[in-house]
Amino acid sequence: MDWVFILQQAISAGIGVNAIIFALAAIGLNMHFGYTGLLNFGQAGFLAVGAYTVAVLVVNFEVSIWLAFLAGVGASILLALLLGIPTLRLRADYLAIVTIATAEIIRQVARSVSLREYFGGSDGITGKFGADFFALNPFPNGLELAFLRYTPNDLWVVIVGWALVVIFVFLTYLMMRSPWGRVIKAIREDEEAVRSLGKNVYFYKMQSLILGGVVGSFAGFVYAISRQSVQPDNYSTALTFFAYAVLILGGAARVLGPVAGSIIFWFLLVFVEQVLRQAVANDLIPNWLMSPNQVGQVRFMLVGLGLMLLMIYRPQGIFGDRKELALDARA
Amino acid sequence: MQELKSTPKRDAALAALASVPSIPGIKKPDPIIIADNVVRRFGGLTAVDVEHVEIQRGTITALIGPNGAGKTTFFNLLTGFDKPNSGNWTFNGKALAGIAPHKVARLGMVRTFQLTKALFRLSVMDNMRLGAKNQVGEGILRALLPFSWRSQEERITQRATELLTRFKLDSKADDFAAALSGGQRKLLEMARALMVDPELVMLDEPMAGVNPALTQSLLGHIKDLREQGMTVLFVEHDMDMVRDISDWVIVMAQGKVVAEGPPDSVMSNPAVIDAYLGAHHDQPLDEQE
Repeated sequence: MDWVFILQQAISAGIGVNAIIFALAAIGLNMHFGYTGLLNFGQAGFLAVGAYTVAVLVVNFEVSIWLAFLAGVGASILLALLLGIPTLRLRADYLAIVTIATAEIIRQVARSVSLREYFGGSDGITGKFGADFFALNPFPNGLELAFLRYTPNDLWVVIVGWALVVIFVFLTYLMMRSPWGRVIKAIREDEEAVRSLGKNVYFYKMQSLILGGVVGSFAGFVYAISRQSVQPDNYSTALTFFAYAVLILGGAARVLGPVAGSIIFWFLLVFVEQVLRQAVANDLIPNWLMSPNQVGQVRFMLVGLGLMLLMIYRPQGIFGDRKELALDARA
Repeated sequence: MQELKSTPKRDAALAALASVPSIPGIKKPDPIIIADNVVRRFGGLTAVDVEHVEIQRGTITALIGPNGAGKTTFFNLLTGFDKPNSGNWTFNGKALAGIAPHKVARLGMVRTFQLTKALFRLSVMDNMRLGAKNQVGEGILRALLPFSWRSQEERITQRATELLTRFKLDSKADDFAAALSGGQRKLLEMARALMVDPELVMLDEPMAGVNPALTQSLLGHIKDLREQGMTVLFVEHDMDMVRDISDWVIVMAQGKVVAEGPPDSVMSNPAVIDAYLGAHHDQPLDEQE
């Protein structure tokens, strides 16, 4: 068992691109679910809209990538309005139904044969659409540490990605300690009471849906740029539920919850995977019990089991306050 | 029963109502609310069918009636939380039909709820601060600039502290609202409503579930509202309390206003006794068909 290699892989996953994507997606969900109490089960839709807007505009229409980013933000605002206008006046469960359906509709449209010309069908879009972004990379040699290696492009994505995470965490922190954040958290507790005090609840819920959706579209940008391709099936419902797992693991309604959750989630996933892989390769686990091909599935089972145990023994997540969680059970 | 103390505002309220006859739907000298033909049906059931009712400014008016009389539904309609099938009503002369509840509150008509709505995972102080109107920092962009709202926040906090002290909740200011007892939550809800600077305070069963030790202080607070120039309309089942603090009583039964008048006389009104006990309550059973 090469423990150094295992740790190296796990650490680079914990601070790598996937951790950034899920941290950003979960920061958006934290605004929706953690602070405002909006059940958005379609965060994958916001990522898809961000990623596809950039890829389609740059590859098919040769728009500058910076304009494409701007358009991606615009598209996610539009999506939030589209989702919010009919549902935010209704009870919370309606938003959940509509968002989960919309995210699937977006994915199915992107992979449809009739729109293959624009979205590339189930293969998605591949191309050097990040060229202008990578041209700004000030690190032409990448990173070569004993423990950690990045190609120049990867290093640049990771640096910009974590900078985005820091910016959005700081914005969340500022918003949530302001009177605006007080209204948002009050809406999570009881909409009617907030209405009775003269606040336009619908308006605030819409702002929250838009903000969280925009952060989600940035996760989509990182997803598209880091892989230099977009593929429809990356934006399935599973992505949304992994983002929820990350958020709840870290602690909902905590500023740093999504970030810690994402780092720990990816560290554990890769750690478990590498341990299993080496155990199978070194015959520590006999072949009749698990073959090398099954490692990818078994790691999710084990991490899933871990999440279940966490929910039983520490339902508030890493940063949460159990006493505060208990208050939710209305006396 | 505690002795009814004479205060200038109470005397003024009683004097204004002295010449008003006890007839359901009677006009008042200076009404703050006038409602006409407000009807709300739930399927086949007509929950509220109020032909005409006025609430006198500067008084404490009680709205009583048996369970299912439509009192809370009428409250919900007046404050915009429910929409009537038909009807018009005005607050300070402004028509309110079709106005959203948050706008009704901003106009100065603030309600509390029968099932207390304390915001559990907010501190008691944050519950209070939330009530203040026209907060700069509640705008999404100004929220990011703490220097633009900090001084207003300090003024709001000061006012909230004064109110909390008055309601004897100041020692709980930093606790979660969920940590308060049922009675304290009622107090908090009332104090929070006052942060909105209302002209008319509408209390839906302020005494429900409050222990007797707190009852007297709650009663005192309600009387205080009138002394500060506010009008109070409240729904209540506790007749002793109604008799104790109200200047005028409106009785609803099966959605309609069936009687109104000063508390002492309205309780002996045959229409009220009928509403609570049924129309045939004094007749021998063998006379019924």
